[in-house]
Amino acid sequence: MKSLIFRAVAPFLTSLMVLFSIFVLLRGHNEPGGGFIGGLIAVSALAIYGIACGVETVRRAIYFHPMAIAGAGLFAATIAGLISMAARVPFMTGLWIYPSLLGVEVPLSTVTLFDCGVYLVVVGAISSIALSLEERGGE
Amino acid sequence: MDAAALTLLALSLPFLGALVAPLLTRLLGHNAAWLLALFPAAIVLHFLRFWPEVARGEIVTGGYEWIPSFNVSFSWLIDGLSLTFVLLIAGIGALIVLYSGGYLKGHPQQGRFFSFILMFMGSMLGLVASDSFLMLFVFWELTSITSFLLIGFDHSREAARRAALQALVVTGGGGLFLLAGLLIIWNVTGVTQLSLLSSFGAEMRESPFYLAALLLVLGGAFTKSAQFPFHFWLPNAMEAPTPVSAYLHSATMVKAGVYLLMRLNPVLGGTTEWQMLLPLFGGTTLVIGAVLACRQTDLKLMLAYTTMASLGLLVMLTGLGFPHAIEAAALYLVAHSLFKGALFMVAGIIDHETGTRDVTRLGGLRSAMPLTFVIALAAALSMGGLPPFFGFLAKEEIYYALAGPDRRAMVFAALAILGNALMFAVAFAVALKPFVGARVETPRPAHEAPLLLWLGPALLAAKGLSAALLSDLTHELVSTPMATAIAGAPRQVTISVIPHVGVPLALSLATALLGIVFYLNLSRLRSFVATILADIGWGPDRGFDQFMRGLVRFSVALTRRLQSGRLDVYMTTTFVVVAAVLWGAPLYYGELPNAPFFAGDVPLHELAIMAIAVIGLLAVVLAADRLTAIVSLGIQGFAVAVIFLLYGAPDLAFTQFMIETLSVVVLALVMTRLRLSPSDHRPLGQKIPDLAVALACGLGFGLMLLKVTGIPFDASLTEFFNLYSKTIAHGANVVNVIIVDFRGTDTLGEIAVVMITGLAILSLVRLRAGSMRRIADNDPDAEDRA
Repeated sequence: MKSLIFRAVAPFLTSLMVLFSIFVLLRGHNEPGGGFIGGLIAVSALAIYGIACGVETVRRAIYFHPMAIAGAGLFAATIAGLISMAARVPFMTGLWIYPSLLGVEVPLSTVTLFDCGVYLVVVGAISSIALSLEERGGE
Repeated sequence: MDAAALTLLALSLPFLGALVAPLLTRLLGHNAAWLLALFPAAIVLHFLRFWPEVARGEIVTGGYEWIPSFNVSFSWLIDGLSLTFVLLIAGIGALIVLYSGGYLKGHPQQGRFFSFILMFMGSMLGLVASDSFLMLFVFWELTSITSFLLIGFDHSREAARRAALQALVVTGGGGLFLLAGLLIIWNVTGVTQLSLLSSFGAEMRESPFYLAALLLVLGGAFTKSAQFPFHFWLPNAMEAPTPVSAYLHSATMVKAGVYLLMRLNPVLGGTTEWQMLLPLFGGTTLVIGAVLACRQTDLKLMLAYTTMASLGLLVMLTGLGFPHAIEAAALYLVAHSLFKGALFMVAGIIDHETGTRDVTRLGGLRSAMPLTFVIALAAALSMGGLPPFFGFLAKEEIYYALAGPDRRAMVFAALAILGNALMFAVAFAVALKPFVGARVETPRPAHEAPLLLWLGPALLAAKGLSAALLSDLTHELVSTPMATAIAGAPRQVTISVIPHVGVPLALSLATALLGIVFYLNLSRLRSFVATILADIGWGPDRGFDQFMRGLVRFSVALTRRLQSGRLDVYMTTTFVVVAAVLWGAPLYYGELPNAPFFAGDVPLHELAIMAIAVIGLLAVVLAADRLTAIVSLGIQGFAVAVIFLLYGAPDLAFTQFMIETLSVVVLALVMTRLRLSPSDHRPLGQKIPDLAVALACGLGFGLMLLKVTGIPFDASLTEFFNLYSKTIAHGANVVNVIIVDFRGTDTLGEIAVVMITGLAILSLVRLRAGSMRRIADNDPDAEDRA
């Protein structure tokens, strides 16, 4: 993409969008949002970055292969389900703990881990497709 | 351990043996045979414990539940018939394992061979011990599969691969007939166990489905037991190493069909159809097999065709319905397993020690291989039906059964005499001719076989002698219980080696004299049969090739027709079907929705959004180039997302926004990659049908939605989730709680699908059109050209 303005703005826009996607992911349990939507926002961010600065830059920026990210997500989601079995309740039963971080009570759960897994699968799988399409399309 | 668990263990022992065989062979070489033979020996010991009960005429059943809801069990049935088979299979199996130790000594894949043989043994044991239909069928097909592996053991040769495939297609296909037949029997009688079946005999025979069940069962039995015209796979199966031919293709597996007929005789037997079809096919097979055997010069092929003839004889005897025919079949089955197994192993020894098994290139071996000669002669005397061997008893009983005065008996007696005389000639051509006369130079200097090789046939031949000499004991333990089980009513076998002057003895003498005549004129007979066969020129073996070729041609043609490889054809087909479904059912049942109710006061902003959606759609249809169309599709999508937002589904709207954005991006990228022409060049003749299909689909979905929303909404799920989302799952966003908690397992499946789809698309994107190679096009015409 030739536009100088776009290329200058893209890194900031992408950072903001990724940050926003994580915000959407984490607030999903009580407000509109969640892993699926968050993941889609993150993919859009990466797609914008790829169009602006080239696929190689994106690949360097996310460090891992997108499919590896998706795999890790699926793994995390499965683990989230299995933790329940280790606690002798049926597969996928939500378990909650409330540790105190810096004086603030933070609710954590296997459900959160599961949602993060969903987020990673969506980010990985779709960005992998988008990036490989951009790569070839540019030839 | 209780008796049931022990029997289960005994039935699974061969499979355990198959598991350790490769390892043992790697450690011990061919001597592993001694250890592996202990597995079948242990099975023999276990089943010998049932002997007293079975000899008293009792039936032992046992087993475990398998799928109780379908009334399917893993259960076994031990009576005179199955016990005889089990002891033959395990007993001969132990000898075969030893024999293979010597025969394949030093073969790099000897461990694999042991493994296959033991797996086959397990399948065959399971087949004859099965009580439940399903178990019978599973083991039946397992014997076909293991036989496939064993015939194709020498898989580097094309002939072996072809023979293996042929045997699998014929016997495995026959297994499907059997399954269908068993299902019909199940439906008619309502039982799934052979042991309960005998009391339903009359019901089965009077059922309108009797003929169908009979034909299907015969389809299974005749293919497995190589009855004409399904016999051709058996001679080809001689491509297998000799231990396999001795074990599967003479002593055990090919008798599975006969076993099935004997097992079902009390249920299906005794009718006109049964007494017509079985002797007809059996008698034909007997004569054709015996005649074809004379033509061969290869020892194994000669024996293979006589095996076919013997199987024909057994089927014929099972179906005749004469008094004593069942007893004769029982005796002959045991006798045949003993002498034919021994003769095959002798043929293997000759092949192994001289390097050839062409009977015209062998002679004068008696001084080099005296022990083998004695064994061969003992087996051949039994096969020829001469005293004092077990084969004599069997033949006397056969003629005793056939010596009736009526015309039907005389026809079959004539067939039996002809077949037996020819087999007599072949028996001595195999067992006498190579050993007598002038010494002929062989590819390898002949010498006596080692212990591992001669032990098996020697024991079998000795068994053939001792069983006849101790005929009272044999009958009490084996023949009488077996005949009783086949007949389904008490039977008594009394025949002994001391000949009684009468019609049977006269027929026996006639057979022997005719056999000697055939033996002396064997070479003339051979060229005569060869001339006739050359004149016919076509056989089922070639027919099989033509059938397979035709099948492949047909599937290629069909695939070409159905799979055009053009995306627009697939899409059109899919959407035409969708439209047919959407319109067909409502029109057929008259369930079209009522006209929607319009509230008069639609707010202006809602109207505006709908207008935007419609404008987006029109823009898609009227777009001059594809990129504009894609972007216009996005407009319509955003309008729908706004509607979701207005009607209180923020999550859905949110997702829809993201999806629309991404699909525009991805579609645009796909467009640049595919390098399609920028605009649409379809001719008008194609555009109009496409338009019709699109309209039908769109309007169809609209109708369905109208109908669905016309039905009163059931709010119980909504109430449940609203009530418990916060209290149980600690979340206020019901949609998200459903996705990640209430229906979390669904989501896990879905993200796995997303991942796999991603992988699939990635590999499609990576494909380069230029580097694509056709993996296999399976086109017989192309193969012909090559």
